[in-house]
Amino acid sequence: MVQSLNELKESPSQTAGPYVHIGCTPNFCGIGGVYPEDLGARMKTGAVQGEEIVITGAVHDGMGMALKDALVEIWQADAAGKFPGHDADADANFSGFGRSPGDMETGRFRFDTVKPGRVRWPDGRWQAPHISVWIVARGINVGLQTRIYFSDEAEANAEDPILARLEHQMRVPTLMAQKQDDGTYLFDVHIQGPDETVFFDI
Amino acid sequence: MTETKTPQGGFVARDRDWHPAPFHPPYKTSVKRSPQAALLSFPTSASEITGPTFGHGVLGPHDADLIHNFTGESAIGPRIVVYGRVQDEFGRGVGGALVEVWQANAGGRYRHKKEGYVAALDANFGGCGRVITDAEGNYEFRTIMPGPYPWPNGMNDWRPAHIHFSVFGHGFAQRLITQMYFEGDPLIPLCPIIGTIQNPDAVKSLIAPMDMQRTVPMDARAYKFDITLRGRRQTAFETRPEGL
Ligand SMILES: [Fe+3]
Repeated sequence: MVQSLNELKESPSQTAGPYVHIGCTPNFCGIGGVYPEDLGARMKTGAVQGEEIVITGAVHDGMGMALKDALVEIWQADAAGKFPGHDADADANFSGFGRSPGDMETGRFRFDTVKPGRVRWPDGRWQAPHISVWIVARGINVGLQTRIYFSDEAEANAEDPILARLEHQMRVPTLMAQKQDDGTYLFDVHIQGPDETVFFDI
Repeated sequence: MTETKTPQGGFVARDRDWHPAPFHPPYKTSVKRSPQAALLSFPTSASEITGPTFGHGVLGPHDADLIHNFTGESAIGPRIVVYGRVQDEFGRGVGGALVEVWQANAGGRYRHKKEGYVAALDANFGGCGRVITDAEGNYEFRTIMPGPYPWPNGMNDWRPAHIHFSVFGHGFAQRLITQMYFEGDPLIPLCPIIGTIQNPDAVKSLIAPMDMQRTVPMDARAYKFDITLRGRRQTAFETRPEGL
């Protein structure tokens, strides 16, 4: 025998279940008066730097149906590539964190945020502008991690270390928020199937 | 509080065999809600090492008291204290971690418009609460013992009594949702959702023991539930220019 490494195991995940909104967005599901507002409902608390954007979309199951019981969270840098709460010079009016329960009838999520600035990869290369995404719902046993990139950042996307690493390059569009005629970005997630979104093990 | 150096490395990889299987047919909803392609692995970058931070300013004075935080009147059911420590895989306490919880009432009924169980609502129980860990990673909240409940999966499936936990660590890659179960519950080995976890030791790590030492006499029993988040590597040799 050898010495023990004294390492603990991460607590195993369990599905968020059908009532995740009771705990994470109680005001959204009619449990008012406990918290003044739902966490992550507002990403901007004042005038923010950079380009203000709107991202909408829905999470689809393997039959193509939009989930109406998902919870989507995002985390991102500010317009200058600084992380709120971590970088001292980050935009003080921007939280970087958003949480959306999706529309009760359609399941569509919506984030009113800013276009993130570029952030370096551990080896010093620049990553393309991106937003980290975490998705939980009934039937999802381990929260799904992915990223939102932007279709109108072709030059930065071309040199992004993660996009370059994808073996199946035809799946790159699953990570792209597509700019719409009304100026908003559309980011649809497909958990399973031919259009399956690239999910990460980060 | 002792000064501890924040590790500079990325997060240790998730052990996907310890976590539940994403595709587990006995839990029917997982069949069409599980990815089929391999996950893309890469080292954690600043986007994953950082994460949202929540100060005590987000908390109201009664957020950690589910017995009273809905109407101010006492909810019905056996009163319990749930306490524990949020730590990382190296045993370091995770201070400042936001822990959100939600649960059914004592009869096993959720306050939700999609809930289909016939058990009665409790007018004084909302079912949500939250707390932020202290500098050493400790947390504590008060609630009532949730009831087990039936759910549409197999013809006669029942969830053991449980409390749902959502935990924010220091990095977005530590984000975790799990469930706490209660020592001695005979429904635990029958549950298809717990059955998504293949390793019996992993299941055990989600079962809270009763702790008579932390019981509040004539008031509330206590259950201990420690939560472990992914650990960050400590090496000083982490950042390396390309090619070196
Ligand atoms: Fe539940």
